[in-house]
Amino acid sequence: MDIKIEDWPPFKIVRLCGDVDLHSSPRAREAILDCLKLKAPLLVELSAVSYMDSSGVASLVEGYQTAKKQGLEFGLVAVAQSAMNVLKLARLDKVFPIHASIEERLESA
Amino acid sequence: MNASDLAIDVKNLVTHYGTRKILDGISFQARQGEIMVIMGGSGSGKSTLLRHLLGLHQPTSGSISLLGKDITQLSADAMYDLRKNMGVAFQGGALFNSMTVGENVELPLREHTRLDENTMRIMSRMKLEVVHLAGFENLMPSELSGGMIKRAALARAIVMDPRLLFFDEPSAGLDPVVSAELDELILILRDAMNMTIVVVTHELESAFKIADRITVLDQGRILMSDTVAAVRASDNERIQSLLNRTPRNEAINPDEYMERLTREIF
Repeated sequence: MDIKIEDWPPFKIVRLCGDVDLHSSPRAREAILDCLKLKAPLLVELSAVSYMDSSGVASLVEGYQTAKKQGLEFGLVAVAQSAMNVLKLARLDKVFPIHASIEERLESA
Repeated sequence: MNASDLAIDVKNLVTHYGTRKILDGISFQARQGEIMVIMGGSGSGKSTLLRHLLGLHQPTSGSISLLGKDITQLSADAMYDLRKNMGVAFQGGALFNSMTVGENVELPLREHTRLDENTMRIMSRMKLEVVHLAGFENLMPSELSGGMIKRAALARAIVMDPRLLFFDEPSAGLDPVVSAELDELILILRDAMNMTIVVVTHELESAFKIADRITVLDQGRILMSDTVAAVRASDNERIQSLLNRTPRNEAINPDEYMERLTREIF
């Protein structure tokens, strides 16, 4: 799994690429929580995720809850189908703010 | 069927309990993402077959390939690794009575991963949501109904997102509504996670609802392994008696009967 951190003011973007699984999800979690320490709104971009298991989704849940506690925006962007299937299984697709693209979220700001 | 698509490939499986042959040349296959139901009456060998698929018994002969690995030849370490991709929901739940529901569901994560405490807790609670047991994580197994125990066992079986899920008698002892809910859950899991699911059952209604293919066992042999429609349409007498719930009326072989009664005496 690759992680890219980008600045799209005012947002921080965490792009996850490849398999987000039991082995790699701790790095995704760390990246998300570290970004939230910068007190910036955060979008996690998932278009290049080939596989995401429950541990990856749990990292997103923890990030969302941490952001909410700090009053920061947190959203998912371009969720790949494999990740969406896992989100839907636990009905989390109805919980996370989900955007089609980063641009779409910026335009609606 | 392409070999690389196969999640399960059993070939000529033979096993004995003592001198008694329990499985007699079993061969069947299941593809990734397929729901295979193993059906048969009591004593047909279906539970024994399941125990072999789980690697709990070594067969007399034959091979059992799971995710491309023949488990009859695997080392203990390799089997341990393979088991991380396998989930099992046992008939009686097999929950640890001294642990809460949440601790039971988290157990595979604690055994097999080094995930953060919060991640494990969220993962186990997500799976309790999936099986409609949200908020029950602090209860003890003794405080659950039969249907809830089955669902908690299912949550534990899927907490690691296994590629193979084995479910022993999901409907046994449950009322029709709870049983139908579990069937629905099995279908949802397959669709969401592309799991290969093996369900052992003698409940016809459940089998017909969830199965992509059904393997019918009788006296340790496979009578048929085919689609639901083909099994329903089969003119095999034994399959029809299973489907129509008619009692067995087998001819007696006097010599074999006497042998069974007097074996190890004369």
